[in-house]
Amino acid sequence: MIGGMSRIVRTMTTLIFGFILVYGFYVIAHGHISPGGGFQGGAIVASAFALLLVTYGTDQIQSYLSKDLLSILESTGLVLFITFAFLGLGATFFYNFVSNSGGLFGSPTTIGVNPGDLNTGGTIALMNMAVGLEVLAALGVIVLTMSVAAETIQKKEKQ
Amino acid sequence: MNSILLHAPALIIALPLLAAFITPILGRFNRKTISWLATCVLGLTLLLTIFVARQVLTHGPIVYVFGATETGLTLPFGYTMPIRIIFQIDAMGIFMGLITSLVAFLAAIYSISYMEQHTGLDKYYTLLLLLATSMFGMELTGDIFNFFVFFEIASISSVALIAFRSTISGEPAEAGLKYMVVSSISALMVLFAIGLFYGQYDALNMATIASVMQFTQLDKIALILLVTVLAMKAGSVPMHMWTPDAYSEAPAAITMILVAASQASLYALFRIVFSIYNVTLNTVTVGWILIILGVLSMFIGVTMAIIQKDIKRLMAYHSISQTGYMLLGVGVGLAVLTNPVALESFGIKAMEGGIFHIINNALYKGLLFLTAGAIFLRTDTRDLNKMGGLAHNMTYTTIFYIIGAAAIAGIPPFNGFASKLIIYESVYRFNPLLAIIAMLVSVLTLASFVKVFHSAFLGPRLEQYKSVQEVPKSMIIAMAVLSCLIVFFGLFPNLIVKYIVHPAVMALINQAHYTATILGGI
Repeated sequence: MIGGMSRIVRTMTTLIFGFILVYGFYVIAHGHISPGGGFQGGAIVASAFALLLVTYGTDQIQSYLSKDLLSILESTGLVLFITFAFLGLGATFFYNFVSNSGGLFGSPTTIGVNPGDLNTGGTIALMNMAVGLEVLAALGVIVLTMSVAAETIQKKEKQ
Repeated sequence: MNSILLHAPALIIALPLLAAFITPILGRFNRKTISWLATCVLGLTLLLTIFVARQVLTHGPIVYVFGATETGLTLPFGYTMPIRIIFQIDAMGIFMGLITSLVAFLAAIYSISYMEQHTGLDKYYTLLLLLATSMFGMELTGDIFNFFVFFEIASISSVALIAFRSTISGEPAEAGLKYMVVSSISALMVLFAIGLFYGQYDALNMATIASVMQFTQLDKIALILLVTVLAMKAGSVPMHMWTPDAYSEAPAAITMILVAASQASLYALFRIVFSIYNVTLNTVTVGWILIILGVLSMFIGVTMAIIQKDIKRLMAYHSISQTGYMLLGVGVGLAVLTNPVALESFGIKAMEGGIFHIINNALYKGLLFLTAGAIFLRTDTRDLNKMGGLAHNMTYTTIFYIIGAAAIAGIPPFNGFASKLIIYESVYRFNPLLAIIAMLVSVLTLASFVKVFHSAFLGPRLEQYKSVQEVPKSMIIAMAVLSCLIVFFGLFPNLIVKYIVHPAVMALINQAHYTATILGGI
């Protein structure tokens, strides 16, 4: 794995990488109206990180994917999630104060068979995004740590 | 101010959760502040818990509906069953909540000095706060799936905390792995049982399930699964293999919380048997099963403890033995639940003894583990054969140890005596043999703690421990608070039983009241 894989794999990864990211963020953003959600979308984004690590090798990727930055993102996601819950305290903890308010994600939901409106859901959509941020960062840290550890073991075995 | 008090039930879990998520960010800028943040937040939680307890004990159970337009709106839009996650706090739940908040707060104070030298403290405090949150969740929730979620959080955070590096050898990791296997199996079985309930009754709210309980074949399977795995998580005897490892390898402050965490599982066991099933099940059979589990735990726990050379391992076996007393007391109460005369004359008393023993055990067992941690911090060993003469240099620790040991052995005027006497007296009227075994176990407990006292504290000053000093202030404060509470509980047991324990027992027994809190109509 040291030094990455062949040129073919690298080229394909460069092409696909962006699409995987877009798909992951799509799943996060549409969590409240279609299957998926914050966790699933975050896992998809993190799988893109795993792909990069496998094809390019840990050494090259480490300069782009910083473990510190990812840990900060992880905590931020968690704090955002609980902040949305706290903001509902006007009524109760976790109260959906955004829905039906008319603003962002605040349109009233139409009942019955319809294609679904992205601009509904209130705090559900916002919390999905917070969870997505948390999961992509946390799984990113995990795959990064694992690949660094694997690399260290490989280097030791070569000596 | 009023709205803070209105939302107190939610804030009890929300504040530690928020602090747990802020800790890693704060830890980047200033390592010193995180221990104080955790301590302050847990102190605030303790105040909130005391407030909620006062509210519950004077005005009856509190209901908190998450995400509803009002805190008490259990059945919106004319529904006949609740659909939201509900916290249902009655006297029994808040009794456990008080134990948890007290233990977690003192563990945080103790950790300020005890964990000072370690790296990765942000992770330690995040996990500690998560563990406290999950225990509150398990004790206050009225929704069985919500219970499962908190059960899982408790397992995961305690696994990581057990394996938190206390020595360079691999033993903490081994203990953590063992606990992880046990926890995963129990979480799966709990989920399976919840599936059985949901498949039959389309409900996840415990009060709703209780109100329609049929005790079908599937419910029997669910009961077996729940009783087995919750007894396993509580460390009862045939399933106790994880307890000595986990308790002895975890950092001392964490061991104290783990004792309270296993009692949270015990609480869940009582809650499920009494509040969900109640008289639909064969109370004599299930009661005797609890009694047998209790007697086995008492006896095997204490006999295994006597032969241990490792101080924390010895205490871990004693916590198995103490769990037995709680199971015995409550088991006797369950066995006579359908017999009003016996219930009135000794059943309620036996349950009071068992429930009172939960808080007493959390106090003195916590104190003993903290003194063991103090010894470990100064001598760097847990082996009793290598210790000796510590009373010369560690005066306060010695005094605290004597208080803890006297309390666990049931010597008046300490709290262990009060609850054990209630258990002996009431159980004797149910079955004299059981009471005699309980007394014998108490004698053996005293014997093994005298052994520890002799080998660790007495004797001449040893050469290698000449320069040993008393432990830092924060650790002394935590141990002193526990000691004061132990003496207070021992001197005024009638107050505690009357105002805290008796309402908790009645909340367990009275199933109709439990369901009516959610579904209305008494």
